[in-house]
Amino acid sequence: MRPALHAEWTKLRTVAGPLWLLLGMIAATVALSAGATSVVTCTSADCGGDVTRLSLTGVQLGQAMVAILAVLVISGEYSSGMIRTTLTAMPHRATAFAAKAITLTGVVAVAGTTAVLGSLLAGRLILHRHGFTAAPGHPALSLSDGPTLRATAGSILYLTLIALLSLGIAAIVRDSATSIGIILGLLYLLPILSQVIGNPHGQRLLQQIGPMSAGLAIQATTNLHSLPLSPWAGLGVTAGWAAATLVAGGLLLRVRDA
Amino acid sequence: MTPTVTPYRSGRPVGRDGFFQLLHAEWTKFRTVPGWVTGVVVAALMVVLVALLAGVSSNQKGSPPVPIGPGGEPVTDSFYFVHQPLAGNGSITVSVPALRSSIPTGPADLRPGIVPWAKAGLIIKQSTRQGSPYAAIMVTGSHGVRMQDNYVHDTAGLPGSVSAASVRRLRLDRSGDAITGYASADGRHWTKVGTVHVRGLGPTAQGGLFVASPPSVHGMGTRGSVSTAVFEDLRTHGRWAGGIWTGDQVGRKSPSFAGYPQNTSGSFTGSDGSFTVTGAGDIAPAVRETLPTGGTLKDILTGTFAALIAVIVVGALYITTEYRKNLIHLTLAAAPRRSRVLVAKAVVLGVVTFVAGLAGAVVAAPLGTWLARANGVYVFPVASSTELRVALGTGALLATASILALAVGTIFRHSAGAVTTVIVAIVLPYLLIANPFMPASVSDWLTRVTPAAAFAVQQTLVPYHQVTSIYTPYNGYYPLAPWAGLAVLAGYATVSLAVAAALLRRRDA
Repeated sequence: MRPALHAEWTKLRTVAGPLWLLLGMIAATVALSAGATSVVTCTSADCGGDVTRLSLTGVQLGQAMVAILAVLVISGEYSSGMIRTTLTAMPHRATAFAAKAITLTGVVAVAGTTAVLGSLLAGRLILHRHGFTAAPGHPALSLSDGPTLRATAGSILYLTLIALLSLGIAAIVRDSATSIGIILGLLYLLPILSQVIGNPHGQRLLQQIGPMSAGLAIQATTNLHSLPLSPWAGLGVTAGWAAATLVAGGLLLRVRDA
Repeated sequence: MTPTVTPYRSGRPVGRDGFFQLLHAEWTKFRTVPGWVTGVVVAALMVVLVALLAGVSSNQKGSPPVPIGPGGEPVTDSFYFVHQPLAGNGSITVSVPALRSSIPTGPADLRPGIVPWAKAGLIIKQSTRQGSPYAAIMVTGSHGVRMQDNYVHDTAGLPGSVSAASVRRLRLDRSGDAITGYASADGRHWTKVGTVHVRGLGPTAQGGLFVASPPSVHGMGTRGSVSTAVFEDLRTHGRWAGGIWTGDQVGRKSPSFAGYPQNTSGSFTGSDGSFTVTGAGDIAPAVRETLPTGGTLKDILTGTFAALIAVIVVGALYITTEYRKNLIHLTLAAAPRRSRVLVAKAVVLGVVTFVAGLAGAVVAAPLGTWLARANGVYVFPVASSTELRVALGTGALLATASILALAVGTIFRHSAGAVTTVIVAIVLPYLLIANPFMPASVSDWLTRVTPAAAFAVQQTLVPYHQVTSIYTPYNGYYPLAPWAGLAVLAGYATVSLAVAAALLRRRDA
């Protein structure tokens, strides 16, 4: 396993793309979060709303770049033919795939932590200047607050799970453009499509099974009863998606010709 | 003596490198890749499938019918009406010294507030049936005296709000189909506000006093308000039934009326020409916020989002596959004028995706509407010209998005990055405006400058100045006109195509 991990790490490290993608992910996440918090103001006594969730809005954009990175880790090898070299060097395909997943998890977790903490910090600085002060019931965002800590740690986990989900889908589909289309469809489309379901139960069900609509429940700190799922159960749905696609992708990698 | 070598010449005629040949070549490439054809077919099918899903998943059978105005549009027609029959012609005059509104700030906690379109005045209406034709003259919370008829028409009269110091006197005069409204500040000098012709009032109409109080908008939500008006010096001329005034809540149960605030109700007290009337509701066209159960054509065509993802993938692959398979070398060797290759690709892709989007919308719109109506859902009506615009616009939206993906794919030469960029640019702003936290100004800005502005081409709802409501893109009201919104996306596509052409010419393939 160690040589496989080393090989995957070398592949990620020695190409400029992944580094730029991760830096871009951090920048995009923090920028969108800062943008979202800088457009709201709290003037009245009762602003309502979930400022923690608002400060982490950027994750919705950051996940798209995480998905690109995850797709390129495997589809990029298929399009360049590198996959044949990889599998010749590491004939035990499950190990090679696991090494890819572990390396990806590591880099996304590090970049995700930076991005999420950066967003939270930006939110803390900006919201304070926009009237969200302790007086109307909005103390500054802080990791010592239980729900905020859960939202922060959960967002990092969420980004990692999206990377694994994307890796699994890319292993199934192999073509990078199609994989990205399917991943972004799963993430962004389900919440939009759920709005047209007239039946409230059907609508809730669609929100419960969507990897993004369920998983981002982890960011909620207020009004928990209005969520489609409880925060951790929601993240569990995303984890289920990631596990299912990883297993399917791993199996297909074993049984198909590369 | 040097031998003469005749160079080999192929017997085939020399190929021409005209634009038509390029188009033909690109069309051949497109139709012979099964994945791309499947992608475009999937796009059209997704539009239809989601419309089917939207149609069958909703069930509102048995809900009270939506009141329909004389023009066929959905209306709110719920107000407190103090009335008696008027046979034939006649007139009615009253003075209004006070109109006060209250807005709930919590459960059972009413506070005085300003409801800009709270209405109190005189009305002559065919009957107490919701949606029946009428004409009315009224004082309003902060829009002065207005004359309104048949829900959608509104004429301004004397400005200024009403108080004991500035009493407003109103008169309504029926003569056949013509109803004339007058207003006066002192009871001596009367100004004509307007004359309207109301068809279908019938020989005996209902006339009298009314009070309405539409929901008050607070941020991204509304709260039902209630208003009370004081009427004095009520005088009638003509063939009125005389004597007894009857108080009725018109449209008590209606999909376009949320009801009274807690612990309040409509009422009237008084006699001898002096009355105090309390009412809630509105007499106005229904909008998305007042008719939350209503569906729109845009909702039915939500599958456009799925179709967009499919055509964006195809659009990006149309060029990036050439790079991946090195076909681009052959393409550019055969057609050395590189920009024309890009234009030919854009034309083929645009036509194919336009046809797919148009076909999807043409099937989906009537099918989804029919299914939704069969399940008792009220769908906001649209003119056939609007329906045509939405169908053509859906096709154009898909075509423009796929051309944008083609251009970005040419710039990036990597499909994953290109697909993500275009999807995120179009779909993410839409997700952001669906965030209830987003202030209306930001939603407006996002749907003006980002590629998501193009969804304006599918809007069918029209805002009314005389109805205060939440006119946000999320509710189906876009800041840009339909084709102007599409032009924003087209602008992005054109600029990207120009950059792509320049890069294609300058870079080695």
